[in-house]
Amino acid sequence: MFENISRRQFVSGSAAAVAALGLVGCGGNGGNGGGSDDGTIKVGIMGPHSGDNAQYGLACLNGAQLYFDQLNADGGINGKEIKTFVYDEKGDATEAVNAYNSLVQNDGVTGIVGDVTTIPSIAVAQASVADNMPCVTPSATAADVVTYGTNTFRACVTDPVQGVVMAEFAAKQGYKNVATLYKTGDDYNEGVNKAFCEEAESQGITITTQESYSDGDVDFNTQITNILATNPDAILLPNYYNEDGMIVTQARQQGYDKVFLGVDGWSGIYGGSENYADAADLHDCYYCCAFSASNESEITKQFIEDYEAAYSETPTNFCALGYDAAMVLAGGLTAAEEAGLEAGSDDYKQAVIDGIFANTVDGVTGSISYEDNGDPVKSSLIITFAEDGSEVTFDTIEA
Amino acid sequence: MEEELMNKKRPIISTGGRGPAAGEKKRLPMAARYAINAVLVLVVLVIGELMIDGGAITRYQSTVLEQVGVYIILAVSLNIATGYLGQLPLGHAGFMSVGAYGCAIFVMRMGDLLGVGMRDFTTGTPLSILIVIAGLVFGGLCAAIAGVIIGIPALRLKGDYLAIITLAFAEIIRVVMLNIDSVLGFTLTRGAKGLTGIPGYSSFLLVFGCVALVCFLIHTMMKSRHGRAILAIRDNEIAAEASGVNTTYYKTLAFVVSAFFAGVAGGLYAGCIGVLQPAYFGFMKSIEILVMVVLGGMGSMLGSALSATVLTILPEALRAFSEYRMIVYAVVLILVMIFRPQGLLGSYDFSLSRIIERVMNRDFPWKKKAESAAKEAAGEGVSADAER
Amino acid sequence: MDIFLSQVLNGLQLGSIYALVALGYTMVYGIILLLNFAHGDIIMVGAYVSWLVMAQLGLNPIIAILLSVVACTLVGVLIDKVAYAPLRNAPRLSILITAIGVSYFLENGAQLVFGADPKVVPAFTDVSTIKLGDIALSFPAVVTVLVTVVATIALTLLVQKSKLGKAMRAVSEDMGAARLMGINVNSTISFTFAVGSALAGIGAVLYAMAYTQASPTMGMMLGTKAFVAAVLGGIGSIPGAVVGGLIVGFAEMIVTWLGLSVWKDAVVFLLLIIVLIVKPTGIFGKTMSEKV
Repeated sequence: MFENISRRQFVSGSAAAVAALGLVGCGGNGGNGGGSDDGTIKVGIMGPHSGDNAQYGLACLNGAQLYFDQLNADGGINGKEIKTFVYDEKGDATEAVNAYNSLVQNDGVTGIVGDVTTIPSIAVAQASVADNMPCVTPSATAADVVTYGTNTFRACVTDPVQGVVMAEFAAKQGYKNVATLYKTGDDYNEGVNKAFCEEAESQGITITTQESYSDGDVDFNTQITNILATNPDAILLPNYYNEDGMIVTQARQQGYDKVFLGVDGWSGIYGGSENYADAADLHDCYYCCAFSASNESEITKQFIEDYEAAYSETPTNFCALGYDAAMVLAGGLTAAEEAGLEAGSDDYKQAVIDGIFANTVDGVTGSISYEDNGDPVKSSLIITFAEDGSEVTFDTIEA
Repeated sequence: MEEELMNKKRPIISTGGRGPAAGEKKRLPMAARYAINAVLVLVVLVIGELMIDGGAITRYQSTVLEQVGVYIILAVSLNIATGYLGQLPLGHAGFMSVGAYGCAIFVMRMGDLLGVGMRDFTTGTPLSILIVIAGLVFGGLCAAIAGVIIGIPALRLKGDYLAIITLAFAEIIRVVMLNIDSVLGFTLTRGAKGLTGIPGYSSFLLVFGCVALVCFLIHTMMKSRHGRAILAIRDNEIAAEASGVNTTYYKTLAFVVSAFFAGVAGGLYAGCIGVLQPAYFGFMKSIEILVMVVLGGMGSMLGSALSATVLTILPEALRAFSEYRMIVYAVVLILVMIFRPQGLLGSYDFSLSRIIERVMNRDFPWKKKAESAAKEAAGEGVSADAER
Repeated sequence: MDIFLSQVLNGLQLGSIYALVALGYTMVYGIILLLNFAHGDIIMVGAYVSWLVMAQLGLNPIIAILLSVVACTLVGVLIDKVAYAPLRNAPRLSILITAIGVSYFLENGAQLVFGADPKVVPAFTDVSTIKLGDIALSFPAVVTVLVTVVATIALTLLVQKSKLGKAMRAVSEDMGAARLMGINVNSTISFTFAVGSALAGIGAVLYAMAYTQASPTMGMMLGTKAFVAAVLGGIGSIPGAVVGGLIVGFAEMIVTWLGLSVWKDAVVFLLLIIVLIVKPTGIFGKTMSEKV
């Protein structure tokens, strides 16, 4: 099979380079860095639409697309139609950078809704600084994301803010001893856990133990046994719904019947596409979130109605954040269009960014405004569950 | 058969430097071969750079090209262990991550220390280029050290056991990258937060310069005594040991060289994307690199390079196809193993010098058809092999 | 003391599932020296079948259990026929790569069909805890441990006492000689795959009962850990697989108990590496000398 010594492979590298040049040369169409003079405004939407994080990316995409569709139905911005370019980056930083470059250079977009998860968002944030391209991420919560330039904004609140909100909530509820169980290897979970513990201790709450698990784990019994041995009043689970569901189920099986605290990763634990825990097990669970289908406000109701009509499913937190991110970007684009600047020019991009800073939008996740960086000033909801598992808004925390 | 082939090849290598003797086939002198190839590489690099400067290749395309280069290095380096040594390590992404972190941290720290800013790295001041090259070597060395640590115990095992132990080591590397900061008590990899703010030092020239250099080094190594020892181990380890080849030494050598180049590729990757995260270098990444080697042909550098190129560009060119990419990879892997276990190109490698020599000898494929089968068997073992 | 007992039960439960999966690995490896990378993914198939039957079709849990086991068995045999049988005489490397391809195919196929979002398998029974004095034992844990004990005993009897078991042992000893003795080698190998995959099906049901979720990549870590268990115990050995599974389960439990859960995977793999270096054939493995 392998009789032959490979020979003179020196050239093979250069041969491949030639092949690569040829292939790419055919693949692209020599984009020209923006400019939309055909009466449309070009906007990119990117996120993980396949792969492990697809559910978040697709939710953001649906939300953002819904907003732009509605905007177009109302006559667009300044009489111009919004044209969206959708890129799937599969949750991978490499693909995200490629998608970003392609959006800017091949499609000539003037603003981007994305990216969705933290690490790809940081990669895009770093790559976009040089272009000063306005990007609004619906859901990248890590503090870092908006620190690379003034061109990146987010529609959600950061991990530390969520941790602090829940710590204040725990203090208000009078929990004296709180344990935490979080996933390591993920910025989101670790970030919230750290912020919660620091704030909780400064509020006089004892953190009895901080247990952790890693990606792919399904058996939390050992950690739960450890936690129950410290007899806490509440357990913080700053993780995503599927794992939180398993932890709640296993803890209830071990006989724990007190409080669970969570953050916006809990959204969708019950009543979405799947029920990740029994309704009976979800008693005394509280999490903070920007959006809940139980919210009674007019704009939320309208959004849910429109979303269900468009996609025949109930919107999640991520759908709402995608919708609001699109709204924030559209606000900036409106300002730039009204100033009559040439699309894609440096002035135009700066005008979009200035427009976002100047604007306050009333989104479905609350009113969003920006003060001195890309972090929004907005309120949070505390959500709990009724006996049948449906969500109930317990409290609203103003910014 | 085996021995006959080896004997027939020896004169090709040893007479290379002497020029054509009377009655023998005309041969290119060794220096001329290297010169031709070096000029070709330079021409490609210069054309590429000119096209980027002139805007014929957009930044999007050049970023994709840089990734192509990174994957070529990864594939040809894995090919040393898989194709030439005949082992199946499943932890190549682990070496890549060690190199990526090593290089990125080195470049960032040295940049701070010597006052070289982010922008200097992208524009490429002399000092920054020096730091980057030192960083790449440093990253490669880190990976090579990891290769020694892993290789010495792992290479005592064979086949499935070696596969699983390298997989285990790669997982351990990933866990260490995630948690090392909390053990050391100071910031190194930034764990799950990801190492961000890495200067974008990778450029077309740097990446493809490295590709050419790596291919050249691997080529010369495989043509040397060391390379032949490695191939002997692949073909029959017990026989090789009986013939006096120090199998442990050469197995470790091949493994470490493979790890070194994977580390260099990791360093280039870090400079291309600017963000590193341990989760990226999981089992899946190792498999992706393995697919490239297996598909291209185990033991063929051209095959590895070509399939790395195609498999990197194809998903970009056909975005609609991307959803099915992974499943297609899997089916291709199974089908290739069933119908063409040696890979698409087998162990064939392209050689410009060989083509030139054929032209010099008026030895064209269409001419050969007319000639007798006996002459074919006596004269051109190589081409017969390639056609099979 | 209470904590100690609960933690031991946690370790037992985890170890039992690893042991069940490791048994499948060991049987297949014992007979054709194939490291069946796709074994963990067969469990994923079983978990999805449980979900389909119970959550989508709303049928009885007993039907779900039966169908899961049957589906796993069929998938296992099918994989052997389609992907492995054509390579029976190919180099080991080729078969190993094929196995990786099959595993990759199943994972990505499931992701394409069912999506990346995990599916929730409904509870098989209404009982979730058993009170034993002061301590609450989780019902799935108790069932898992019991089923594993029964399955191991049944498997040992099958291999040691039955005619088919004798054929399996003969084929694993020397395939050529077994063929000469009139044993149908192909059907014996198929039978081995069927038994191994049926065990995976049982594992899938127990997994779904304990952890309630099915996701496309759930088989990967589970399969790798079970493989570690099989190698630890000595691949090819039935008691070895059980002991190895329990060792891995307890190692994970102890590390987590000590509050070092981030290093859990590293510890398991380190254990593997140490065993492979010190005694490459595992605890119960036989040393085989290589024929020249």
